[in-house]
Amino acid sequence: MEEKLTLFKNRKRFGIEKNIDIIFKNTSLVLSSFVAIILLGIILVVFFQSFESFSRYGLKFLVTSEWNPVKDEYGAFTAIYGTLVTSFLSLLITIPLGVGTAIFITEDFVPKVVREIIGSFVELLAAIPSVVLGLWAIFVMEPFFRAFFVFLHNFFDWIPLFSTEPTGRNSLLAILILVVMLLPIVTAIARDSLNQVPKKLRNAAYGIGASRWKTIFSVILPAALSGIMAGVLLALGRAMGETMAVTMIIGNSNAFSWSLLSPGYTISSMLANQFGEADGSQVSSLFYAAFVLMILSLVVNIFAQWLVKKFSLKY
Amino acid sequence: MNSLYYQKRLSRNIGDKFFTSLSVICALIAILPLIFLVTYILYKGGSQITPELFSLEPNPPGDDLDAGGINPALIGTLIITSIASIIAIPVGVGGGIYLAEYSKGGAFSRFIRFGVNVLAGVPSIIAGVFIYALIVSTKILFGSMYSGLAGGMALSILMLPTVIKTTDEGLKLVPNELRYASLGVGASMYTTILKVTLPSAFRSIATGVVLGIARAAGETAPLIFTALFSYYYITGFGDLFYEMGSLAVLIYNFALEPYDAQNKLAWAASFILVLSILSVNIFSRILAAFTEKTKRV
Repeated sequence: MEEKLTLFKNRKRFGIEKNIDIIFKNTSLVLSSFVAIILLGIILVVFFQSFESFSRYGLKFLVTSEWNPVKDEYGAFTAIYGTLVTSFLSLLITIPLGVGTAIFITEDFVPKVVREIIGSFVELLAAIPSVVLGLWAIFVMEPFFRAFFVFLHNFFDWIPLFSTEPTGRNSLLAILILVVMLLPIVTAIARDSLNQVPKKLRNAAYGIGASRWKTIFSVILPAALSGIMAGVLLALGRAMGETMAVTMIIGNSNAFSWSLLSPGYTISSMLANQFGEADGSQVSSLFYAAFVLMILSLVVNIFAQWLVKKFSLKY
Repeated sequence: MNSLYYQKRLSRNIGDKFFTSLSVICALIAILPLIFLVTYILYKGGSQITPELFSLEPNPPGDDLDAGGINPALIGTLIITSIASIIAIPVGVGGGIYLAEYSKGGAFSRFIRFGVNVLAGVPSIIAGVFIYALIVSTKILFGSMYSGLAGGMALSILMLPTVIKTTDEGLKLVPNELRYASLGVGASMYTTILKVTLPSAFRSIATGVVLGIARAAGETAPLIFTALFSYYYITGFGDLFYEMGSLAVLIYNFALEPYDAQNKLAWAASFILVLSILSVNIFSRILAAFTEKTKRV
């Protein structure tokens, strides 16, 4: 780059060509700064729109669950709780499944062709729009799991998570559809980081007599851990912001309940449901909720990037 | 004596067998529902496809047995995605050119690359909220509120990071010798970029951009309160400034209707959406694999 630029500066050119060159460079500079402008714009716009609600309710907004447009009282605790619970519980199911699948794809249990087909199939699934998954969840998943939910309630109703009678759409279904959405992401990223572990590490472990799974647990997984963690965090960010599939299946109720078998709410499903017909201070409160969601996903994303930079493989 | 032979009962071998079967089970649990999901969507949606589907307007939900077609939503998706592409591709390719060709890895370019990653992680509904506050509620676009134009803008925010990233990475793969050669024979920087580096990175950039467009076509959350929905044919240019339907929003609206006819329409729309997105994905994957094999440089 350096020598290219000095060569470039010491050259004699026609004025027009020089000007075009400068214009071209500056245009691309302006275009690239659009990213920063849009990002700052989003943060500022959402913040200022939520200002009215913020100054009225302050941080109390985050811990009360009253959402009453008639009385003009707003609190987003149910939605925030729902966002956190659905995303964390779905990750809890997804991580072992996704990492297990990734190990299956990267080890040589089955021929390479089969593994490649499975791998690209999983990647293709990440491309299915979430609204289609929501449709599938409503008409296939909900009837399929109904009996299972009744069973859960009958035998485990002493656990607060299963304490309500299952009636149609609920938070647990939202968690399950999130698992379907996150699996391709976690599997693909875990597979890539497992593939990046140098082959000589594996050979060295085999050479000193480690068995296959001893090698995986003590050598390969630790070496790939930072990549897998970053993938998990990206999936967490996706789960928090996921809107359509969750909105369609979670039942959309603002009544707070510990039970996963009762209808719930997430911030994004609240936005999708109410934004179109809201007015007055309800709009401002929705912007406040959107601001909370944005901060949550920004923190998760920035942390993921930091993790990648800090612990990326150095072999 | 026998220590050189494989011993089944050794605890490490039993443990290995156990974990191997565990990972096979994981893979089965992960993959089988996914296969079931895709075949179900294709089967259930494919069985609803009729010629009228592509030519009729959807009927408003009611006790009518006939739900009509999805023509306005199909055209609307094409229009809204085109608007998003028209905005996001020039901005993204231009920004990517700056990052890959001009920037010297300083604070600014590091900040922009960071911003691209952050923007890629912004929830899609936030893009909708942003455009709603900026364009829909202010009526800044010639007094129109919900419009296809606003929907396209919201989608372009989601496409932008993908386009910049693929351009940046595609250009970085072009060998420096090509640039030196071009600059050496007296070409200026912009001629080098436009005539040498961009064309040789064209395929990888195009693949990434097409995948980005396919993803945007299925996005629903940014459209539900920017473009809204419409039951009527799109007749002319002026319709850009009014509510516009799209396949994704049609699926969302009609999946929640209690009427069977509307639900069937949602399945049909899903079939078309999934089939086109999957075929674009498969096609660009094959193209990418093909390019990898025949790479000359």
